Amino acid sequence: MQQSSSKQDRIAQYKALIARLTPKSKVGQGALRAFWVGGAICVLGQVISDIGTRMLGLTLMQASSLTSVTLVFLTALLTGIGVFDVIAKYAGAGTVVPITGFANAMVSPAMEFRPEGWVLGTGARLFTIAGPVLVYGVSASVIVGIVYYFIYL
Amino acid sequence: MLTMLLMYIKAFAVGGLFCLIGEILILKTKLTPARILVCYITAGVILSAVGLYGPIAQFAGAGATVPLTGFGHALAQGAIRAVQETGLLGAFTGGLTATAGGIAAAIFFGFLAALCFKPKPKT
Repeated sequence: MQQSSSKQDRIAQYKALIARLTPKSKVGQGALRAFWVGGAICVLGQVISDIGTRMLGLTLMQASSLTSVTLVFLTALLTGIGVFDVIAKYAGAGTVVPITGFANAMVSPAMEFRPEGWVLGTGARLFTIAGPVLVYGVSASVIVGIVYYFIYL
Repeated sequence: MLTMLLMYIKAFAVGGLFCLIGEILILKTKLTPARILVCYITAGVILSAVGLYGPIAQFAGAGATVPLTGFGHALAQGAIRAVQETGLLGAFTGGLTATAGGIAAAIFFGFLAALCFKPKPKT
């Protein structure tokens, strides 16, 4: 009797342990990977921005454009040769959240839907995800501009 | 030199944090990466408009401008600056002007990649 109850206890404990550890470790691992890869991409951005402001004499805003363009170019290149998917699979949101995710969301379908034609394949599918991002981002910024106009000017 | 190193650490920590939050949102909610992008850019515009994102960008540099929230920040600040300069029309020209580099690059390099590379068959 005592033995079977301690066995049940152990089973219950084991199940509780699994329930406690399994999802948490998955989230923890994903979060850690996203953190360090995303952070590394931002450091690369900071390096490019510093090169722009310190060596090329750009303003902060120009350097910011240079950073975007360079990171987008690198993403397109790495997506093209198939390396980006490998990094993205490892890093999850670490590559989605930086501008690399926006770029990959344009480059990847542009390549994938090329068999459907240059206009309705590549041309249209470029904007499958970038379209919604621009719709909401630009609309929000127009509203901000209008509100600012009526409040402050 | 030390200030530069500190800037890289701050960029790493803050940029990483934005990505960490995104990863938790993907794992814990039904948000797909596409929706994460839409949420982040919209959140960036709103945070920037109410004046919260500026200080973060000041503090973390590329750690705040490279994530897509920074793209939203650039859109909002571009719109506000253009309104100050040209009035109401600026609300429509400012956002895209400030982000033109990244958007044009993504369109052009995306097209170029489709020209140059064959997609790998999905496994």
